[in-house]
Parts: sequence; structure tokens; C-alpha cells
Amino acid sequence: MSGEKRAHVLAVQMALLVVFVGTWEWASRLRWIDPFFFSQPSIFGGRAFQWLTEPGFLLGGRSVYHHLFVTMQEMIGGFVLGVGFGVIVGFALGRSRFWSAVLNPYIQVLNALPRLVLAPIFVLLLGIDERSKIALGFSLVFFIVFFNAYRGVRDVDRNIVNNARMLGASEAQLARHVLLPSAMTWILSSLHTSVGFALVGAVVGEYLAAAQGLGWIISQAQGNFDAAGVYAGMLILCVVVIVVEFGVTWLERRLIRWKDINETMFA
Amino acid sequence: MPPQKEKNLTSQIGPAIEVALDSIALRFGSYGVLTDLSFDIPRGQFVALVGPTGCGKSSVLNLVAGLLKPSAGSLRTGGRLLDSINRDAAYMLQQDGLLPWKSVLENVMLGPVLRGTSKIQAAKDAKVWIERVGLRDFESRYPSQLSGGQRKRVAMAQALINRLPILLMDESFSALDVQTRALMENEFLELWQELRATVLFVTHDLEEAIAMADRVLLFTAGPHARLKGDYAVPLPRPRKVEETRFIPGFAELYETVWRNLKEEVMAAYVR
Repeated sequence: MSGEKRAHVLAVQMALLVVFVGTWEWASRLRWIDPFFFSQPSIFGGRAFQWLTEPGFLLGGRSVYHHLFVTMQEMIGGFVLGVGFGVIVGFALGRSRFWSAVLNPYIQVLNALPRLVLAPIFVLLLGIDERSKIALGFSLVFFIVFFNAYRGVRDVDRNIVNNARMLGASEAQLARHVLLPSAMTWILSSLHTSVGFALVGAVVGEYLAAAQGLGWIISQAQGNFDAAGVYAGMLILCVVVIVVEFGVTWLERRLIRWKDINETMFA
Repeated sequence: MPPQKEKNLTSQIGPAIEVALDSIALRFGSYGVLTDLSFDIPRGQFVALVGPTGCGKSSVLNLVAGLLKPSAGSLRTGGRLLDSINRDAAYMLQQDGLLPWKSVLENVMLGPVLRGTSKIQAAKDAKVWIERVGLRDFESRYPSQLSGGQRKRVAMAQALINRLPILLMDESFSALDVQTRALMENEFLELWQELRATVLFVTHDLEEAIAMADRVLLFTAGPHARLKGDYAVPLPRPRKVEETRFIPGFAELYETVWRNLKEEVMAAYVR
């Protein structure tokens, strides 16, 4: 896209945001919608701003940054564990036809199970601290990454494998030079979804049972019929997601440069 | 060094056998691909394998490569019984197997690196080979940024850099346009004259087979393909591929092989 086009897209995006937020604000002020349920952008925006800028403003005795930090920790924990095990197990099963055939029905069943129902079990098992949220995030992320890694290993071009073998690759070298890079494209494309799910795991876990974190803030606000608090929490979550998305995109660009070049050349 | 003379010398002593197939059979389930196939290839010989589509010529390459195992019979290369991947053979596939995530330089140095050469030395060798195949300014490109002919050159450098005694080629030039193809064939012959590898070259193009090879092996139509003919190509070297057809002797040989090949093509067609 040319710079001019990009500026145009950005301008329209901005205009859409202004129209959306402005409509919300005015509809709420004119009582077209009930501010008790829908709050008002100026109010919850101000609330979020207050949380972030007034050091004395505490939620449950801690600053909003502490809660944000806790949620991020849980998200990263679930993400790293999910990606790590997903890649390893996906890779291993992708390499072994026997074990992938044996385990296939079990994986399908586990995948079909809505993992959020596991949340209460994780709370019972691991308590209300970070570990139950990390476990929930893990259970969500693992399958996404697992399926992608598995497919990446399975779908590798036979021609490339044979060529590398003939050039002298041992099994370990084959994994390093061929299977891993091939699977990498699949794995990386799954990371965008995985990051989102890691955050879902953290926030939903906190929402169900926790003593800190953004999910806990939202659940507290809800308990107090404080719509502005709920929306303020959501607003901060949105910003977090955007920042993390940029990080993943950056990582993707770096790790599969060869593909990026290809696409920009023929785009 | 005149290669002609060296060849005469070795033939006087009786050249060593590089590849020996002894009553080889290959079956996929109940489908018999090859039956009772035996032939020897002396060291340094350039052998073209021709035959109708589906006659199992490519399977012969895969057997010599060690990518397939024979259902019966024995296969020796360099005097040793082959029972796994053939470490003495380079393989140029029809569809090149370049690694899309590696640059031209990384692709060419892959062979030596995999075989334990230090990266610095491998890069040095690779640069020489990249220059030889005429891609000096393309070292840092990725395969997706190259044309079909350029990719083939990279594949050629990748296969030749290991300097292995056996070179397997499966329709290596058939995907190229006519001009690029003639160019690549000549460049390849030049490099081969220098390396003196034993070559097994699969092609469906009889003219290409005769122009490049020392010997043409003709296969019958599959299933249960076997050897139908074994023809020496008595044309002098060094050759220019596009000029060989004017050399006396070419036309007669072409006609003889073609008549036999045609029968098999018809047989394959009827099946």
C-alpha cells in the first residue's frame, strides 16, 4: 500500500472511532440508552485515566498497575506454556504416525470440550492464585498451537525432505533445518489467536475466582452495579491486546522474513 | 587434462563398477513396478534412463538414492551393499527441493554443513559454486525471488558442491524453457567433465538422452518394467548439446532407440 492510501485508511479509521464514541456519548447523555447499563465514554474513560494516573487510587488496596501486572503475568504464563508444549507435542505426534493414530480420538474429544468449563476444576485443584489462570490459558492455547505445529510437520514438502536427506541430513538436522522452519509458518500464524486466548484464560479465571487482576476488577465493579468500572476495565484490556498484537506481528515479520519478501514482491 | 585419454586408460584396466543392480524387483503392495532388473554402471559413466511414462525410471533413481528399498535383489554402490540413504549420491530432483526459508548461499552451503564442514569453509565453497553457476549477485536472495532457471542453477550447485561420486538426476531440466534448457545442459556437461561423477539421468526426451549420455538404457512399459535395450553412445566429447544431432551417427542411434521406445510407448498407451 502506498503512503497516501495508508493515510487515507487511517483517517477513515479515526473518523469511525470518533463517530462510534461520539454517538455512544450523546446517546447516553440524551438518555436514549440507559447510562446505568451502558455508562458513558467520558465517564469510564475518565475512570480508566484516574486509575492509571492517580497513584493514590487503589483497587482492593493495590494500584491498577499491580492488577495489570498480575493479569499480564498469567497471560504470559499460559501463553508460554501452551506454545511450548503445543509445539513439542505437535512436533512429536507429527513425526510419529503410530502415536498420532493412537491419540487422535482423545485429542479430538479434549479439543471438542469447551475448555472454559475446566475453570472451576483448575480453581479447586490449584487455588485462586495465578496458577489456576495460567492452567486455563494453557488449556486454551495448547490445542491451537498443537494443531498448527502438527499440521506444519505433516504438510512439509516431501521434495524438500528428500532433498535435505540426500544432502546428508540426519534426523536431528532434518528437524532443525526443514521441519521446524516449515512448521514455524503455521505456528506463527496461530500465535495471534493464541495470545488472545491466553488473555481470555487469565481474565475469565480472575473473573470466576481471584483476589487481584483486571478480571477481578471487572467482577468487583459488576458486583457494585458499577458499569463505568466494567467498561474502564475492558478499555484497559483492549489497549493491552493491541500492544501484544503489535509484538506478535513484529515477531512474525522477523521469524519468517523469507515469506514476507515473497508476499511483498508479488502483492 | 584431456578427459578422453583418461577414459581410455580406465577402460583398459577395466573400470570399477560404481552402481550394480542385481535382479532387482520393486513392488508397491500388489503392484509390481520393476521386475528382474540387472545392470552395472562403470565409474564415471553418464547413463540416461528412458522409457514410457510410468515405467519406473524414477523408482530406479530412488532405489539408488536409498529412498526406496528393493522388494527383491541387491543393489551395490561403490562395492558396498546399499541398505539406507546413499551417502555417496547427490540427487537433483525434477521439482527442486530448495529450502524456501534459506537464502541462495545458505541453500548451497547446506550440504557441506550437514556433513560436518565448518560454516566458514562451507560458505567459502558455496560462493565458488554460486559463481560457477552464474549467480554471484543472487547470494542473499530467497528461492521465491528467483526464476525457474535460476532455481535450477541453485539446485545444481547444491547437488554438485558435495562432490559425491554418484549423481542422480530426475528430468532435471525438463521444466525449463527451450533456450534456458540448452544452456543449462551445456553448463552441466562442462561441470560434469570436471567432476567425473557417475550419472544416472532420467529423461523422457530421447534427444536429450543421446546428446548428453555415454549410454542409454531403455525400459519397457510398466507394470513389471524391465530392461529392453542398452545402447552405447559413441559420440565424441566435449559436446555441445544443440550440435550433437548433426554429428554423424546421432541420427542412426536415435532411430534405433526410438523404434524400440515407440513400441513401449504404444504398449503403455494401450494399457
